[in-house]
Amino acid sequence: MSTWLYLRDYTYVTMPAMTTSSNNSSWFNEFPELSRETLVSIRKSLDTSYREFSREYGDNIDAFFDPLLSFLVWFEKFLLAAPWSLVIAVIVAITYIAARSWKLSLGVTIALFMIGLFGMWEDTMSTLSIITVSTLLSILIGIPVGILMARSDKTQTVVTPILDVMQTMPAFVYLIPVVMLLGIGKIPGLIAVIIYAIPPVIRLTNLGIRLVDKEILEAAVSYGVSPMQKLLNVQLPLALPNIMAGINQTIMMALAMVVIASMIGVTGLGQPVLRSINNQYFALGLFNGLAIVVLAIIFDRVSQAYGKRSQRYLGGNES
Amino acid sequence: MSDATYIEIKSLYKVFGGQPKSILPRIEAGESKQKILDETGHTVGLKDINLTIKRSEIFVIMGLSGSGKSTLVRHFNRLIEPTQGQILVEGEDVLQLNKAHLQEFRRQKMSMVFQHFGLMPHHTVLENVAFGLKTQGVAKGERNRKASKWLADVGLDGYEQQYPAQLSGGQQQRVGLARALCTDADILLMDEAFSALDPLIRSEMQDQLIELQEKLHKTIIFITHDLDEALRLGDRIAILKDGELIQCGEPREILLEPVNDYVEAFVRDVNRARALTVENVMKPPAVRITTSTIGEAITQMKASPKGYGYVVSDEGYEGAVLQETLEDAVEGEAVASDPITDEYYADATEVSPDALLEEVIPDTLDTEYPLPVVGVDGELKGVLSRTRLAKILGKTA
Repeated sequence: MSTWLYLRDYTYVTMPAMTTSSNNSSWFNEFPELSRETLVSIRKSLDTSYREFSREYGDNIDAFFDPLLSFLVWFEKFLLAAPWSLVIAVIVAITYIAARSWKLSLGVTIALFMIGLFGMWEDTMSTLSIITVSTLLSILIGIPVGILMARSDKTQTVVTPILDVMQTMPAFVYLIPVVMLLGIGKIPGLIAVIIYAIPPVIRLTNLGIRLVDKEILEAAVSYGVSPMQKLLNVQLPLALPNIMAGINQTIMMALAMVVIASMIGVTGLGQPVLRSINNQYFALGLFNGLAIVVLAIIFDRVSQAYGKRSQRYLGGNES
Repeated sequence: MSDATYIEIKSLYKVFGGQPKSILPRIEAGESKQKILDETGHTVGLKDINLTIKRSEIFVIMGLSGSGKSTLVRHFNRLIEPTQGQILVEGEDVLQLNKAHLQEFRRQKMSMVFQHFGLMPHHTVLENVAFGLKTQGVAKGERNRKASKWLADVGLDGYEQQYPAQLSGGQQQRVGLARALCTDADILLMDEAFSALDPLIRSEMQDQLIELQEKLHKTIIFITHDLDEALRLGDRIAILKDGELIQCGEPREILLEPVNDYVEAFVRDVNRARALTVENVMKPPAVRITTSTIGEAITQMKASPKGYGYVVSDEGYEGAVLQETLEDAVEGEAVASDPITDEYYADATEVSPDALLEEVIPDTLDTEYPLPVVGVDGELKGVLSRTRLAKILGKTA
């Protein structure tokens, strides 16, 4: 017991110097971490080189995203400028086409009407625009990546850990480099949302394609399908329920990210939420939070109903 | 290669595992499948398979699960790549085809029917049948017209717009069969096509296949684990065990001349009465009477202890006579030089050489002496006694 105490005291005393010393007992009890100077210099050199990189290429990258930005701005303006009744009508029409349910359409109408009534129409439209664009981009990028992953085990072993990092890395952390590179605004917000939200659609596209019945694939191959025919006529249609589940998850995660993205200048429902955190406005936070929930429910029910309808062929005798 | 040979498989090996090629010397050295698996982690799927398949025959590949039969059939269209060997179709090595040619080969030459049907659940029945043609790029109207015709041929008209999930197993496999026939491919691969169906539906499907084959004359490679099915459908049968070809031959050879205990144990439970024809088991007639007079007939019969004979003339088989009948006649008013007329012939049913044993059992039981087997041209081909029949069928016990 006394030895133990002694060791503890000893290591405690020597700690500042121990990192480079090779004292046996201290090495055993304390982690041999790098010296402060080394750590600082690593961080510094990483920061400087990244800063230099962003100074060098920031403008180019900015320019690259310009068309996207203008589309985003245009879409938001369009939603804001359009008469609210027309917007509601269009959303309800989409809901009905996808889900073929009057009940759901009626619910969506009432929910949107309530949002407007509580003065959150404009923020909701901003959020709707960025969610729509980020979801579309996620699908556009995510499905091809998922297909590539499903085609080769090697790609899968490379991509899976990247997706794990994207999903577990605290969202605030990757806001930093994005902001350093592109400043504060819609595009960095969009990128942050996509990074956060894209993994499910990639994962479930991959999974869906891999789960397609082997005998059905064999059948297709035995009739001489080309790889493209196999993908478009067999794999993707049969993976569709899973892909739809992935898209659904992606939308939900994008909505969850909206509040965090508002920290770097994304307009919409996230900003009032952020304001109410800072100022302890409970009611304001609640209302805007509920508006996000309403959007989430609409997206979720519509995409799920569509996913379910897309596999109605599996059902029994009703067609 | 003889003219009749259509598909030929030459020393085909398939090893599953990381370095399949490295295992080949071990197999050639005669190491057992189990030993190779234990020591190297490689599974020997097929070992030195040599087969020739003739045009327009139903060639059955039979074996228990794990015998490699499904692996073998997947080599024909290269769903599985062999480790070593050759697969020749009309003398052309399928394994040398590049991607584009292989794709074309699969579209034009072979089609396949699967155990669990392998239908596209998101396509209607009609779209499923037209799948091969769609893959070939045939226009929609044309392919749907052909698909409807084949659907009708397998007895499923009216089901065009249903989805596979709405059909019973038997109906789904009919769709699978129609899909295979719809591409007009010469070669039909059927991988345990009827194994997932219940017995009644299965025998219906077998009948349908035989009926279709009479019209279409496809070259069918049929995989099954069911010997009764193999004997019923097969023109020739190959028996696989643990990836090795044990015996290959006509159903009669498999049943009556099994090459080893394995095949013998296999065929023991078969219903021979339904698998063998009269021709397979008949014997040459003991007494063939070639005269037309009663006296000489009696003399010819006395040479054998049987007490009966079969009269044949230039026109073929005339009838069966009992020695007793003729002797009674001579003791009565007939003279030895009288010709044998219809009144002396015994009441013996002629049987056809193609008849199944099952069909002739009642007739043999009714008659004291062997039944005459008479071919279509009226010729006496042989005789079938009930003791012979009992011996053949008795082996089942």
